[in-house]
Amino acid sequence: MARILSTQPLLQQPMRRQPGRRRWSWLFDVIGGGSFLLIVCALLVLAAARWSAPLTPVVTLSLSPLALPLYAGYSLLRMLLAYGLALLFTLLYGHVAATHRQAERVLIPLLDVLQSIPILSFLPAAVLALVAAFPHSNLGLELASILLIFTSQVWNMTFSFYHSVLTLPRDLTEVCRLLRLRPWQRFLTLELPASLIGLVWNSLMSWAGGWFFLMAAEQFTLGAQSFRLPGLGSYLQLAADRGDLGALALGLLTLIGLIVALDVCLWRPLVAWAERFKLEEQAEVAPPRSVVLELLRASSVLRWLRRRLGRPLWEAFTMVLNRLQPLPTMQEIPATTTAGWKRRMRVGVRRGMTGLVLTLLGLLVGWVLWQGGQLLLQVPAATWGRLLLATGATWLRTLAALAIGVLWTVPVGVAIGLSPRWSRRLQALVQIVASIPATALFPALLAVLLALPGSLSLAAILLMLLGTQWYVLFNVIAGAMAIPRDLLEAAALFEVKGWRRWRTLILPAIFPFLVTGLITASGGAWNASIVSELVQFHGETFQTFGLGAEIAAAAAAGNYSVLLAGTLLMAAAVVLLNRLIWKRLYRLAEQRYRLA
Amino acid sequence: MELMGQQQTGRMNGALLLEARHITHLYQARGGEARGSRPPVVLEDVSLQIHAGELVALLGPSGSGKSTLLRILAGLIRPTQGEVLVHGQRLLGPTPSCAMVFQNFALFPWLTVLQNVELGLQALGLPRLQRLKRALAVIDMIGLDGFEEAYPKELSGGMRQRVGFARALAVEPELLLLDEPFSALDVLTAANLRRELLRLWTEGQIPTRAMLLVTHNIDEAVSMADRLLILGADPGHIRAEVRGLPREQRQPHQPAYAHLVELLYRLMTSPDEDGSALLEAREPALLRRGKPRSARPYQLLPHVAPADIIGLLELVQAKGGRAELSELGRALQLELDELLPLVDAADLLQLARPEEGKLVLTAVGQQLAEADVQEEKRLFRQQALARVALLRRIAEDLATAPDGRVEEERYLERLREHFSEEEAEAQLQTIVEWGRYAEIFTYLEEEGVFVREAEEEQGKSAAAGSQTTSS
Repeated sequence: MARILSTQPLLQQPMRRQPGRRRWSWLFDVIGGGSFLLIVCALLVLAAARWSAPLTPVVTLSLSPLALPLYAGYSLLRMLLAYGLALLFTLLYGHVAATHRQAERVLIPLLDVLQSIPILSFLPAAVLALVAAFPHSNLGLELASILLIFTSQVWNMTFSFYHSVLTLPRDLTEVCRLLRLRPWQRFLTLELPASLIGLVWNSLMSWAGGWFFLMAAEQFTLGAQSFRLPGLGSYLQLAADRGDLGALALGLLTLIGLIVALDVCLWRPLVAWAERFKLEEQAEVAPPRSVVLELLRASSVLRWLRRRLGRPLWEAFTMVLNRLQPLPTMQEIPATTTAGWKRRMRVGVRRGMTGLVLTLLGLLVGWVLWQGGQLLLQVPAATWGRLLLATGATWLRTLAALAIGVLWTVPVGVAIGLSPRWSRRLQALVQIVASIPATALFPALLAVLLALPGSLSLAAILLMLLGTQWYVLFNVIAGAMAIPRDLLEAAALFEVKGWRRWRTLILPAIFPFLVTGLITASGGAWNASIVSELVQFHGETFQTFGLGAEIAAAAAAGNYSVLLAGTLLMAAAVVLLNRLIWKRLYRLAEQRYRLA
Repeated sequence: MELMGQQQTGRMNGALLLEARHITHLYQARGGEARGSRPPVVLEDVSLQIHAGELVALLGPSGSGKSTLLRILAGLIRPTQGEVLVHGQRLLGPTPSCAMVFQNFALFPWLTVLQNVELGLQALGLPRLQRLKRALAVIDMIGLDGFEEAYPKELSGGMRQRVGFARALAVEPELLLLDEPFSALDVLTAANLRRELLRLWTEGQIPTRAMLLVTHNIDEAVSMADRLLILGADPGHIRAEVRGLPREQRQPHQPAYAHLVELLYRLMTSPDEDGSALLEAREPALLRRGKPRSARPYQLLPHVAPADIIGLLELVQAKGGRAELSELGRALQLELDELLPLVDAADLLQLARPEEGKLVLTAVGQQLAEADVQEEKRLFRQQALARVALLRRIAEDLATAPDGRVEEERYLERLREHFSEEEAEAQLQTIVEWGRYAEIFTYLEEEGVFVREAEEEQGKSAAAGSQTTSS
């Protein structure tokens, strides 16, 4: 209660930099800038050549190692474009959902449903529509593949951005209004920066998700037609199919190399840079760092570019934006003046447009519902029964995967989190390991697993586990790191040890984090079921009983009515589980075990 | 509202900058429609004028809606009734002629000092060089040069608030609105910043023509303001308007200063008295008297812990059963907004009553101040049951409830009819705290039920669980 003199630190010590780094920065400029330009040019040439070429639904792939860089380029390009699209979608959708109350009521439940739809269910619509739109070039097919990757990346990003914008600090939004910032200025100075940290971390997760579904997005069957696009995913698939272990290993190595390179050159610098956008105004003890970021900051070329090119361009751009969004006038304009008339006209036109758009949307939704209903009516009752049973089977599998995940990640995660030395060393490594897609490892593992009793039924659990355990592990580590020192010390003082220490301190303390991790993992496991319950290996198709297999089989056979039914069941299952179990557990965790 | 003492000093004869006419504001839930049958009233019929050349202090206890009023004047909130005129024109939203300084600085952590200051100029659409020039000039004036490229998190609280001032001043507002700008700073920093602001203001270095300072610090108000508006709570209304001291008398050792501080203390610690009656003694100071507050429709508990009330009683007892309130505030290092609820609570429980700026213990209060723990609890229970209607109700309901349990929702619903959602929750929290202390009931937080004390044995394990949570 009493206000005592606060002893706030004055200026924070500047970050120490290695002295030699600045001297060598010109070298970095040459090498880094050169390779950046080279990569961009190569990707552009690749894109132009591939997209304009005549439509070839199934490309013949070469398993030669020399072809690998090219395929890696194709896959990288697809991932980048899909991510760009996801980012754009996120900013638009999230902004609208967070700032327009009426839109929010529709958009957020819709997003909830969309994120629970497995990516293969988007397949027919995406492929059929886009290939039909570009019948003579590869463009349609490529776009379809990009769209599939997009659907595996976008939802968590959108949720994160929406949530950040919704919970902006009231003070800062008031400042924006008082200083009369235009909407674009508010977006750039407040909404985007305040949500940046969440966006970066979710982007990391999204890229991992994208890699996970890369194989499904580069090679698929739709009814009688097969499609195969050149890329790392299809390369790995083919190598596994042919049983060419050497090619498989090389492909995996390329993929891992690509992931590590991206981590070093893109994600680490971004994470370190995003530190600045923390909302708490206290300086942190050990902020994340990145060598590449420091080099970029030291680069004189970049500084020159920013001053000479960036700044004037930006000034011109803001001028245009300011013209487009003039400040609102403060006076009430009497309706009788010409200005008043114009205003009313504009309002009227805007209302009309909104009405038109809403009507069109309504018609579209009605049509989709009608068509969907027609499709669903074709599904016989026996099939519904089978699908329901399959849902149960897949649910049991996801539960098993989660249980195994918890069993190993909790002790390991707590051990890492409680030791500052290990958590610093291992976190970067764990991040990279986590983003290596389990689907790529799967073919190699299958050879062993298919021989085991239970074959794919158990192997599917393992694949789900491989895909989702990381979410749990990350959160457990974070939870263990967040246990206050004094509680640990108190436990040591009172000799609370062994199981009692786990029960009274550690488990309750990490519980909220564990639940957060499990929620993400559960959604991921359902989604992973479509690639783990039905696999192709050595030219054979292996299948086990489950909803994922039903959906994958229906998509491959072009059986749209069953595909739609299965998709609806999965979405319903995921949403229901979220509502009935996870949200409740989360609330309990928040109420009772949050260490605030 | 009648105006008294029309003779005004030279400074106050400036042009009318801003006028609020009969502002009444009702609490709005986030959904837009107010909850309950009677939405809580935040402000009731508030009128005020601000002229060029004056620094007006808005002094009020928490719950008097002073922040809301400031935001209405800034155009951030539209009042339910009444209007704000800026230069005679109706205010529809934030205007460039007003700027605001926030209690917690409200700086953008990802922008440098310079970028933060430039922000308002950017919105004006000024070209880059002009923006830079103006921002640097303000930064220089406010004593921030050398810190242009620093980020807020690298600065101390005082320097951060300087950035807040620089940002507000950069847009050259006519009227500067200050929302408790010094209350988040430590004592020395606050004094330093206050002095510097006054220097800029009196030397005319800033183009600002008037300032409105929201505060709950009486010393701050007396040492800075040309005119003081004293707000009362539940609902917020203007209790009195007092002329500030002439500049040369605004030193703590001046008799006039001490007199005014004491007067304001008395006024603010007796919320139910007719404010102007107290001030009549200093007739020329009183500019306007507000109408006395209408009777409170529902009992409002001050949010304080029983242990703090008892601590206050013990301190007063140690001083002989009666103590000067201003002295108590200093002894406890409590700001007015922390001391007032304690006094309110002691008054409500009839343990002590404020009397001409002094706090005097009642007979029960004296008994309680000298009792041991069990006796303390017994006396507190006796007073709480006698004086707090809601506690009495809960005790009665528990006595008749067949299973000795009552849902909290029943009382929350009632509270929501009279208070805002947050205030209703806070009221219930206080009820829980008092009731638990007085051993009137046990409360299970997770289930949201009150349990009769005798029934506690059965619910013991559950209660143990909820206690770890609340700690």
